[in-house]
Amino acid sequence: MELKEDQPQNGSGPAADVPPLRRIVVESETVPIRVGDYAGPPDPNYGREPWQVGAGSEGEPVWVEERMRTEDLSIAYGDKRAVKDVTIEVNSGEVLALIGPSGCGKTTLLRSLNRLVELTPAAKRTGRIILDDQSVDDFDVTQLRSRVGMLFQQPNPFPMSIFDNVAYGLRERGSKKPRKKILEPIVVDALERAGLWDEVSSNLSHPALALSGGQQQRLCIARSLAVSPEVLLLDEPCSALDPISTSIIEDTIVELKSEVAIVIVTHNLQQAARIADRVAFMYLGDMVEQGAAGQVFGAPREERTQDYVGGGFG
Amino acid sequence: MSIDVRTAAPGPRPGPGSDPTDPRPKPKPSMSAAAGISHETGWSVGDRVGLVAAWVCGISLCVVAASIVLFMAWKGIQFLHLDMLTTSPEASLDQSKTGGFLDPLVGTLLLTVIGIAFAVPTGVAIAVWLTEYGRPSGLARLVESGVEIVAGTPSIVLAIFGLLVFQQSFMGIFSFTAEGGAVFGRSFLTAGAMMALIALPLVIGSTREALNTIPRHVREASYALGKDKASTIRRVLLPSARSGIATGATLGMGRICGDTAIVVILLGASMQTTPESGFLGLFRGTGSTLTSYVYNNSPAGEGNAPDKAYAAAFVLLMIVILLNFVVSLIGKRNKPQWN
Ligand SMILES: Nc1ncnc2c1ncn2[C@@H]1O[C@H](COP(=O)(O)OP(=O)(O)O)[C@@H](O)[C@H]1O
Ligand SMILES: [Mg+2]
Repeated sequence: MELKEDQPQNGSGPAADVPPLRRIVVESETVPIRVGDYAGPPDPNYGREPWQVGAGSEGEPVWVEERMRTEDLSIAYGDKRAVKDVTIEVNSGEVLALIGPSGCGKTTLLRSLNRLVELTPAAKRTGRIILDDQSVDDFDVTQLRSRVGMLFQQPNPFPMSIFDNVAYGLRERGSKKPRKKILEPIVVDALERAGLWDEVSSNLSHPALALSGGQQQRLCIARSLAVSPEVLLLDEPCSALDPISTSIIEDTIVELKSEVAIVIVTHNLQQAARIADRVAFMYLGDMVEQGAAGQVFGAPREERTQDYVGGGFG
Repeated sequence: MSIDVRTAAPGPRPGPGSDPTDPRPKPKPSMSAAAGISHETGWSVGDRVGLVAAWVCGISLCVVAASIVLFMAWKGIQFLHLDMLTTSPEASLDQSKTGGFLDPLVGTLLLTVIGIAFAVPTGVAIAVWLTEYGRPSGLARLVESGVEIVAGTPSIVLAIFGLLVFQQSFMGIFSFTAEGGAVFGRSFLTAGAMMALIALPLVIGSTREALNTIPRHVREASYALGKDKASTIRRVLLPSARSGIATGATLGMGRICGDTAIVVILLGASMQTTPESGFLGLFRGTGSTLTSYVYNNSPAGEGNAPDKAYAAAFVLLMIVILLNFVVSLIGKRNKPQWN
């Protein structure tokens, strides 16, 4: 399988040299409540009052709007089907937690959303993945990945300064580099939103790998935020971190959900209960059950969910 | 440690199981392994001899290394004068009139720079291709064996091969061409090109090692930010492998400094640096290096200036020791560490 990254990128004209403006999310404008002739999937907000929708960090209402969805998505590594006919939505304004025993396909599902799974030559995909009413296959892969950011299990800042890490995604190929002056406000803003600004504001030129693990992971969040993604995929982002760093990152995630749709894979059911608005339980590649966090944890419909969740909650 | 010593012991140790007629019961493997560290049953005569041999060998090596350095330092400091580093060699039967070895010293540095300037970009490119692309895998294996063959070829063979290649008439621009059109084939450029082959496997090896230690998720993090493979290599992987590349380059420089065969065959016989006229004349000209200077002036050579040979050999040794020191310095710092 040819990887898309290998192909030369044409047409990066002068427009491509200008860093993308961060989309300012004005809450009243992000959600046109669509009624009547709307033919897409059901609007999750339809018929609800804003205050019935997910709550932000300060308890203020947050609008929920679909950003991505999969339709009958299956992924197989060779003969082994790792994800089976999964249909799920990813909405802005809420945190979606993917839970399930290890090996059930959570990472595979997550990596398919930004087409990172294509890096595995054996992986075959069927079914559709849609970002903003457009199949992800129709996107240029680099463009798709700057709209769907990802965070990994291990913090992995690049061996360069803190500033350069955050600016990494903004710098374009080619001779023209955006000047530091243009990048600076975006970098500062991304660090602020990732909750790291106060700790690093005085040493932006220090090497990123000298930060602590928790700081590194927040730097990776900032690095993703700098390219203003609409969706942020987090694959067990706290599994390598101590409890204090974990709770800081959880707070950051909740803060972010009003601007970015968040999907988090976690082994930790308590963590899912703390931060998720919606929970999806996977088992052996099947999407067993998905629903509001309170429902999945409090009153699971499926027996397999009950067995799994019951173990974690006594 | 005792287990290492046992394996180093010369000759097989007769024991139960080694002789088919032995009536003793054969011990299970785990038992015999336990016996190796046991203080009661272990340490047969063979073990003791092996242990003593290991100690003796280790200590003798230290003695050899120390005597090389001390003897060369003693001779070197005795004969070395600073003005030797700043005067050119002269042909004379009287040793006191043979001048210094400025030209060979500069020649060593020049040849090393040329060789490494060829070897580093090529070696890094090959290492990147092997670790990041490496497909089809048959081709990758072919490239790997190519690297191994180059690494295993004696430098005298590389030198004579280089002469063959660079004496072709279309290679004339790299060296001096005589009136009749015969290409001399010997110059800093042609010797440097062959020196690059000596350094190349070292550069490839340590660059590959450095690239292989970068976890896969670091590459994926770059892809996940919308970068393609080329910019990931340039902006993340190569900077991460910087200290590995530097280590390989420094090791390669050490090898180039110390090689004699290529210099003797491909750099010409002139003691003094003799540039050609015209563009890049210095590089197309001939000269000498510390190794060829030592070779020519040693009691075994033609020029009879053994004192100068010792002094030059000492300088060469110092350069190589310095390079090794740099290698260990690079190894200690600047290595990006992910968990
Ligand atoms: N690169 C791969 N090649 C082959 N099989 C894989 C690969 N990655 C994952 N798998 C298999 O797919 C299944 C799902 O894996 P994964 O998505 O990593 O699960 P999870 O993240 O829920 O632990 C597992 O059975 C795993 O063995
Ligand atoms: Mg996983």
